Amino acid sequence: MAQPLVKKDDDRDDEAEYSPFMGIEKGAVLQEARVFNDPQLDPRRCSQVITKLLYLLNQGETFTKVEATEVFFAVTKLFQSKDVGLRRMLYLMIKELSPSADEVIIVTSSLMKDMNSKTDMYRANAIRVLCRITDGVLLTQIERYLKQAIVDKNPVVASAALVSGIHLLQTNPEVVKRWSNEVQEAVQSRAALVQFHALALLHQIRQNDRLAVSKLVTSLTRGTVRSPLAQCLLIRYTSQSASNSQGGDRPFYDFLEGCLRHKAEMVIFEAARAITELSGVTSRELTPAITVLQLFLSSSKPVLRFAAVRTLNKVAMTHPMAVTNCNIDMESLISDQNRSIATLAITTLLKTGNESSVDRLMKQITNFMSDIADEFKIVVVEAIRSLCLKFPLKYRSLMNFLSNILREEGGFEYKKAIVDSIVILIRDIPDAKENGLLHLCEFIEDCEFTYLSTQILHFLGIEGPKTSDPSKYIRYIYNRVHLENATVRAAAVSTLAKFGAMVDALKPRIFVLLRRCLFDSDDEVRDRATLYLNTLGGDGEVVETDKGVKEFLFGALDIPLVNLETSLRNYEASEDAFDINSVPKEVKSQPLAEKKAPGKKQPTGLGAPPAAPPTTVDAYERLLSSIPELASLGKPFKSSAPTELTEAETEYAVNVVKHIYDRHVVFQYNCTNTIPEQQLEEVSVVVDSSDAEEFGFVLSKPLRSLPYDSPGQTFVVFEKPEGVPAVGKFSNTLKFIVKEVDPNTGEADEDGVDDEYQLEELEVVSADYMQKVGISNFRNAWESLDADLERVDEYGLGPRESLAEAVNAVISLLGMQPCEGTEAVPSNSRSHTCLLSGVFIGNTRVLARLQFGLTGPKEVAMKLAVRSDDIAVSDAIHEIVASG
Amino acid sequence: METSVCSWISDFDFLLSVVELTWFTLLCGGILLQQACPQVKNILVLDSEGKRVAVKYYSDEDWPTNGAKEAFEKTVFSKTHKTNNARAEVEVTMIGSYVIVYKFVDDLHFFVTGDEDQNEVILASVLQGFFEAVGILLRGNVEKREALENLDLILLCLDETIDGGVPLETDPAVLASKVASHSMDSGAPLSEQTLAQALATAREHITKSLLK
Repeated sequence: MAQPLVKKDDDRDDEAEYSPFMGIEKGAVLQEARVFNDPQLDPRRCSQVITKLLYLLNQGETFTKVEATEVFFAVTKLFQSKDVGLRRMLYLMIKELSPSADEVIIVTSSLMKDMNSKTDMYRANAIRVLCRITDGVLLTQIERYLKQAIVDKNPVVASAALVSGIHLLQTNPEVVKRWSNEVQEAVQSRAALVQFHALALLHQIRQNDRLAVSKLVTSLTRGTVRSPLAQCLLIRYTSQSASNSQGGDRPFYDFLEGCLRHKAEMVIFEAARAITELSGVTSRELTPAITVLQLFLSSSKPVLRFAAVRTLNKVAMTHPMAVTNCNIDMESLISDQNRSIATLAITTLLKTGNESSVDRLMKQITNFMSDIADEFKIVVVEAIRSLCLKFPLKYRSLMNFLSNILREEGGFEYKKAIVDSIVILIRDIPDAKENGLLHLCEFIEDCEFTYLSTQILHFLGIEGPKTSDPSKYIRYIYNRVHLENATVRAAAVSTLAKFGAMVDALKPRIFVLLRRCLFDSDDEVRDRATLYLNTLGGDGEVVETDKGVKEFLFGALDIPLVNLETSLRNYEASEDAFDINSVPKEVKSQPLAEKKAPGKKQPTGLGAPPAAPPTTVDAYERLLSSIPELASLGKPFKSSAPTELTEAETEYAVNVVKHIYDRHVVFQYNCTNTIPEQQLEEVSVVVDSSDAEEFGFVLSKPLRSLPYDSPGQTFVVFEKPEGVPAVGKFSNTLKFIVKEVDPNTGEADEDGVDDEYQLEELEVVSADYMQKVGISNFRNAWESLDADLERVDEYGLGPRESLAEAVNAVISLLGMQPCEGTEAVPSNSRSHTCLLSGVFIGNTRVLARLQFGLTGPKEVAMKLAVRSDDIAVSDAIHEIVASG
Repeated sequence: METSVCSWISDFDFLLSVVELTWFTLLCGGILLQQACPQVKNILVLDSEGKRVAVKYYSDEDWPTNGAKEAFEKTVFSKTHKTNNARAEVEVTMIGSYVIVYKFVDDLHFFVTGDEDQNEVILASVLQGFFEAVGILLRGNVEKREALENLDLILLCLDETIDGGVPLETDPAVLASKVASHSMDSGAPLSEQTLAQALATAREHITKSLLK
């Protein structure tokens, strides 16, 4: 059937780019589709046209609704033809067009006829097509045939019905579940793939019934499973029910181990992987699995090597010792042609390596680095970083390695990964500091990435002055002023100023350099130089830099840039100067994705801040200040996220926003009336505060009218002791007058009826008094707070599902902003440190360092260190945790 | 009352983590439990410049638009086309969170994609079955032009290999005979020769696999 499309042979040489579909066009093909309507069908030609249509769809062409309908109706005519090849293309075409329900009816009878045909191929394919396009109603009509097909003696027919069952279970589970007897029978089929499909479907039908799954698995593990694919499924189900059954002994372990000796590779691998993933697997249980994976490491097939090294890489995270046996095989994989395999091998070795093998490993990696892609290099750099943190004594060779690769060619992401790693090593390993800083200095001498140069300059400004000989960095920094673009020059000026501020001995020389910068061609550079000369007193005597200046130079801008931008936009030039304290500090967007890069928030416009969603803070403020009774309360300290007080889909939907003020709390109830025939009037919320002793009712501001589907607000104000984080529970009742609405005119009746509607309780919790305020550099901020105002205590958090769960629970209890991405807990880790920052009511900055550790099986303990400007607040934080 | 909030949160988290755990266990093997996670995400046949010859996607969630599909094909192609070893053996790589097995024959590049928790050995057997069946159907003449001229066979072969992400058949000889037998019954004179040849090759292949 290929012939008609083939051009003459002698054309081949002329046209290298020859394609039978060259110059094909949708409109023309749709015209051609008219042949489907011919009274005398030409099967060959029709097949060709369908192939062309399928080609167009395959190339991403789309048909409009009208075109698709036309094609569909045309192809249905082809059922008249007895040509098997054409029929098969017709099936394909119908599946591709995915016809609508009313169109399906037209082909149903033809397909049902095919389903009962004598030709097995017709039956199998008609089943697949019909099940693909069918809906629930039609399904019940054909159900009888499908059940028969499942136990059909022809494996192709049975498989077609079973696979269709797998798909249909998503849309019509109740129907498919009735087939379990037939499916059960098919599981015993002698045909390999039928068994596979039947097992998949049967398990899926029974997945919610653990006992049934367990029975199924038990009976099959004893019996014979013919197909390797089915055996793989069985392994999965087995390990799954093994993980469900609690307790030490694993009844299915022997089965899994037995599968390691299966003849099919896919089964061996499946079993080995299942064993490594058993929860709480012991090293004795691991050994046989590791042994087969080790054999795979030296297989000639890349897929097996990849599968093995990928699995061992995961095992290395939890059981590094178990993998060490494979180290020799792993090392030979460093030179594997397949770079994915080589990279996985290296990172595994870096995880399992001990201190003595580091040097040898680094040598091997050096040869390897030059010929892999950047994305793999980044993986390696990250692995080296964690290795260095693990063996701090080896920092010298690892740092040298990093600085060497820093000098080589590479893209931005790769260089950034290296720079980030060096920065982290400098921070965490004090010995590595001077060495690392010099490497960074050398790097910026020849760095093509402005972003990295500015980041490094900023980092130098912070760390450089604290070293034993700060003067040696000045040359590198001042070179930037000569050689680089304006952005880097400006950053260099700032860095110079920091050296000047911190190191008095260098001051006169710094002033000379800064004065030269006054003649720069760029105004930002000149402005900065002028500013710094003035703040540091460069025009007069050399004096000791005062604290205010240092704060100005080194203090982080702890205001989200988005908020600053909004405030500046709203600021109208007038007599009053712009007050930076008026900028809300609440972080509304997600924490910055970038966490380790230093100096993220330097307001120089480098590293553009991510676009944040519009803040609702402004909307609330505008709303509150528009109501005279509330405007007099001042500016809210914090507005909570809305809490639903009604179930979804009830008559009236109400949620509440808590606005916290110094001396008041305002509850803003957002109400929506979801009944079209009603209008509510005089809507208010009656709040019972008997469970909140410290709060006193002040006023309630009812809503005049609440028509259908247009939300309105009613407010209730409570007063509370100033600055105290009072907590309490409030029960709420919605009170209103209901008026019937005439559906025709939309007008409300004159008379209304008083009614009430019970709402859920709301709570004011400690977290409501805490603003999430992020900071860019936790360590600096932490050190800037008085260590005497620190409060440390330890807590047992009791049994927890996981470490991550415990961390999240504490974060949400405190309502603080996690810093530097420390809210993310790597899986499998046994301990974790989380850094939080916030502002407590009364504008007190609070920082908390939380150290979590697993003490027993699932028992989590936490050490909490809190620093704040006010010791009382530090105590308050501890109280929150203690009572939570 | 913090206790209640806290315990509520932890209960909820607990539920979530149970759900996730179950999902994870299921996904780990890429089990066919949910239609949302079919075993095979797509099969691609691209030419030597990365252009489509025939492709089939089984997961609209991963690649909702044609643009997304083309972008994926471009990435896959650019990251693999230099792998010469893929001419000799089925090769494998990870791109993003996908495991991709691939094999090159002449100017045709075959790919099978699964998600990262997939058993790559199973993916490889699907790929092996598919490209060997194509080899039989094209009478050993596996190259772009031949494939386009017999696009109907390639598309039918794709259809017989995977149904909605689930592997239907992985034996190349059976696959090829399923595709070819459709036309056999038709008795259309023009296609007879092709099919006779295809069947001969199929028979040869079966013998070969028996002798292995």
